[in-house]
Amino acid sequence: MAKENPKDRKYTPEHEWARKREDGTVLVGITDYAQEQLTDIVFVELPEKGKKVRKGEQLAVVESVKSVSDVYAPISGQVVEVNGMLEKDPGLINRDAFGEGWIALLSMAHEGEWQLLMTADEYSAMISGEGH
Amino acid sequence: MIDKPSTPVNKTPLFDWHIERGARLIDFGGWVMPLQYTGIIEEHRNTRENASLFDVCHMGEIEVTGEGALSFLQYVLTRDIGALKVGKMKLSLLLNEKGGIMDDLTVYALGENYYRLVTNAATKDKVLAWLCLVRDNKEFKGVEIRDVSLELGKIDLQGPRSEEILETLCDGSLKEIGYYCFREMGVNRCPALISRSGYTGEDGFEIYLAVEDTPLLWEAIMDAGRGKGLLPAGLGARDTLRMEAGLMLYGNDIDESVNPFEVPYEWAVDLGKDFVGRDALLKLKADSLNRKLVGFVMEGKGLARHGYAVLREGVQVGVVTSGTYAPSLNRAIGMAFVSPDLAREGAQLEIDIRGNSALARVVKLPFYKKIRKEGVGNGKGKS
Repeated sequence: MAKENPKDRKYTPEHEWARKREDGTVLVGITDYAQEQLTDIVFVELPEKGKKVRKGEQLAVVESVKSVSDVYAPISGQVVEVNGMLEKDPGLINRDAFGEGWIALLSMAHEGEWQLLMTADEYSAMISGEGH
Repeated sequence: MIDKPSTPVNKTPLFDWHIERGARLIDFGGWVMPLQYTGIIEEHRNTRENASLFDVCHMGEIEVTGEGALSFLQYVLTRDIGALKVGKMKLSLLLNEKGGIMDDLTVYALGENYYRLVTNAATKDKVLAWLCLVRDNKEFKGVEIRDVSLELGKIDLQGPRSEEILETLCDGSLKEIGYYCFREMGVNRCPALISRSGYTGEDGFEIYLAVEDTPLLWEAIMDAGRGKGLLPAGLGARDTLRMEAGLMLYGNDIDESVNPFEVPYEWAVDLGKDFVGRDALLKLKADSLNRKLVGFVMEGKGLARHGYAVLREGVQVGVVTSGTYAPSLNRAIGMAFVSPDLAREGAQLEIDIRGNSALARVVKLPFYKKIRKEGVGNGKGKS
């Protein structure tokens, strides 16, 4: 069973999470439900630092033994930092999707986009509706 | 691995057990099957190091009996099974008249004019219909063809500790069963057929028994394997294991558009006897091939997947049929059809990984080879 979706962050229908930090930057990763669906993750293609992305654009690629999945930017902004640990240990996402397995840190271009993201409750309801 | 939805969805007798163990399920060849219990990589490694139990009840079993059964099978199968003794098995292909591969299957010699064919799950109905058609057209009147797939359960126990785990439950000795041989014996007080064979590149057994006895035997083997490293493994690990062992998967690497010379199956064709598809094969043998299936390792980043294009200077010269991360090699591997000039060890390939070209290198199959125990290890394997 997937871990509970923390309430300190927002979610997308494509199974990304976004957590706003005190300085206003946003940490992005994929949900525990998503890593479970993917199976063992063996390769993560990280974005370049400084890259500008728009909400919904491809931010990273996650490859598992079984399949490949795009990670989309939950908000528009610029890549401030990437999680270099994932290059050596992509399984971090499987083990700790909501924590150590974060993918990128983004600056936020449009504050207004934050409101468009799903709450933990909305996201939880969506995945339970997927019947898994 | 194919997992397109198809109805009706069949459940194996072990379905409840998988649910209880929290297995992730997938639809495979019309069956709901466990993809993984804890993780594909862990299950893969455990198979190589200890032993794993696989539910493969989805596979098809067809029995061919009666007057002329041997001559009939000699006519439909590519392998010469004329000298196949009772207690031995062979891998064979079933071809259509154009020489295209309809299935790769194993044949068990159960008795005089009594054989069991073990087919892929998704091909079973097609194989059954084809066998009946050829029998009727060619007037093999005494031959009876019976689908026993739903009467039989099938469990594979694979890995170096398989024998030590299974022998505690068996009435007979497993040591006497050589590679690609089988015995019928009591296991956990139920009649079963056990062959030393599999689809993982490891030592191990394929066990067939009555479908109603299957859950009990599964539990008994899990109990017998306690403290011996036995874990259940799903189709995810089965796929990475077979790929490392260089074994093809029907529906992914081969299908009816593929002939045996294009893939590493030339050894499974005995042209010295007459069989369906032989004339076409002789013609194909005389012509030059358009493509060859090769194994490759990724040198660039990313994983190649089924359907990705193989390029040379931007022009497509092939297609990936299987690709994954190989846990025992800790690198990305795959199989692809390429133009014949690239089908040599060391040839460099470019693979179009979703718009990015990544380098790969052709290597000899299998990717992974186990050093087998004395006396147990020769011949070609596949379930």
